[in-house]
Amino acid sequence: MSQPIDHEAIIQRFSGSEWDDKFCALIVPLSEATALAKWLRDDNDFLLDYCSNVTGIDYLDREIKEKVENEEGKMETVTRIDPSRIEVVYHLYSMEKHTGPFTIKQLTERNNPEVQSLTPIWRSCELQEREIFDLFGVNFIAHPDQRRILMWDEFEGHPMRKDYVEPFDYEWEPTPHDEILDKHQRGKVIV
Amino acid sequence: MGPHHPSTHGVFRMDVKLDGETVVDLKPVFGYLHRNHEKIAENISYLASMPFTDRLDYFNSMTNNWAYAIAAEKLVEIEVPERAEYLRVIMAELTRLVNHISLVGFFVNDLGALGTPLLYAFREREKILDLFEQASGARMMCNYLRFGGLRCDVPEGWLKRARDLVDRFPKFLDEYEQLLCENEIILSRTQGVGTLSRDLAISAGVTGPMLRASGVNYDIRKVDQYGIYNRFKFRVPYSENNVGDCYDRFMIRMLEMRESIEILKQALDGIEEGPVMGNAGKVFKPKPAEAYGRIESPKGELGFYLVADGTPKPYRFRVRPPSFINLTVLRDMCIGQQVADAVIILGSIDIVLGEVDR
Repeated sequence: MSQPIDHEAIIQRFSGSEWDDKFCALIVPLSEATALAKWLRDDNDFLLDYCSNVTGIDYLDREIKEKVENEEGKMETVTRIDPSRIEVVYHLYSMEKHTGPFTIKQLTERNNPEVQSLTPIWRSCELQEREIFDLFGVNFIAHPDQRRILMWDEFEGHPMRKDYVEPFDYEWEPTPHDEILDKHQRGKVIV
Repeated sequence: MGPHHPSTHGVFRMDVKLDGETVVDLKPVFGYLHRNHEKIAENISYLASMPFTDRLDYFNSMTNNWAYAIAAEKLVEIEVPERAEYLRVIMAELTRLVNHISLVGFFVNDLGALGTPLLYAFREREKILDLFEQASGARMMCNYLRFGGLRCDVPEGWLKRARDLVDRFPKFLDEYEQLLCENEIILSRTQGVGTLSRDLAISAGVTGPMLRASGVNYDIRKVDQYGIYNRFKFRVPYSENNVGDCYDRFMIRMLEMRESIEILKQALDGIEEGPVMGNAGKVFKPKPAEAYGRIESPKGELGFYLVADGTPKPYRFRVRPPSFINLTVLRDMCIGQQVADAVIILGSIDIVLGEVDR
């Protein structure tokens, strides 16, 4: 069975990263990502040689109500703003030691999202990071072949974003031509 | 090649650069079936996604259901009754038989043995689909599992019919192996074709029979022991070499079917009467949490990643599709091979476009 992985040792070595206790994930800054991933893969204590799942999560600004204990020891409801961000989540396993999952996350802002590509470390990220680029619009630094993968090349926007608004009619979006293109350019809606 | 080509198993395109008959470069192009399953799932309740998961890998709806149920059961701690656990194992192993038998049929079809072996396979597959229909009401889109159990119990006499099928299946496998495994044409067309090294397979996240054909002993049924797999005795076939070719991938599947039959026999012996649904609440509304659940589906590691935010809908719903990630190495395996071999290499990966494109 899978055993938990000691995250204290990682934070000691890479001081920029922090441990998120609530979701049991290691949050990695952009500058340390490649070195940390390489170390996790090669170090004998971890040997996380298999990156199973890579995905993105889009968070908008939202209010969160939490019950917190105040100074007098009473429970109090506090509202805090959860800042908007995009998270890129990696689930790591070790095929050698049969441990896992170990979750690492790269956080980035929504407006100009950019994270480090881990494809040079784990090849399995290649298509999955392309998918995140396609559906979330995250730019992966040093990705070998960053193109759209599921949507067509001319598609505009990133459909997995929470604020994505779908077009009125998909049918005339892929390759509008002739009179449809004409109407499209004049801004008329086809009924 | 493609998207409308009989060898691509759906709408899949390979941009192939050739030097004569030799493949110099190859790029897989897909997305023709993309319907953004993940976005749909984020706008409906948790349980409403269950029938959608059937449509991912439409050969293996039972295992898709199970992977989703495991992820959801991790979000909210739900006990699954004993009988339901046994029936889940039985359904999953029957699904594995369906998948592997059809794959072998299609694979041989790609090699040029048109019709006969595929129809032999489909004859057996039909018997298993009949069992699924009797249990769930549908041949392929079963929608049979629920969080915390099953939708309904199997009808009377079903277990006996399943037992009959399991007892007869090895006879068919003997015949099939005799036909195919030492066939001269199959040997010369598949051995040494589309080799995949152990290191690349691990790094590229290849899972399932393809990984084991490259010499890695890694089966999630053994590693995670989800469900009640720790109660069954079975072996995990894997290649002794550190390099796997198309023949290894084909043989691993033949051997895995034998092991599935062993598991099925033990499960049918061990199953007892009882409820199939625990006391899970009617409304599924998990507290804010994240969960990643995975199983060994016939094609590899099928995982579901769920992020709950306290509402009845998932905030993030992610499928980790095995055949999509196994395609990462398609280019590496095809370069330097003939065009005709690219077709079998694709066949040996075992892709389903419903799952690749989602």
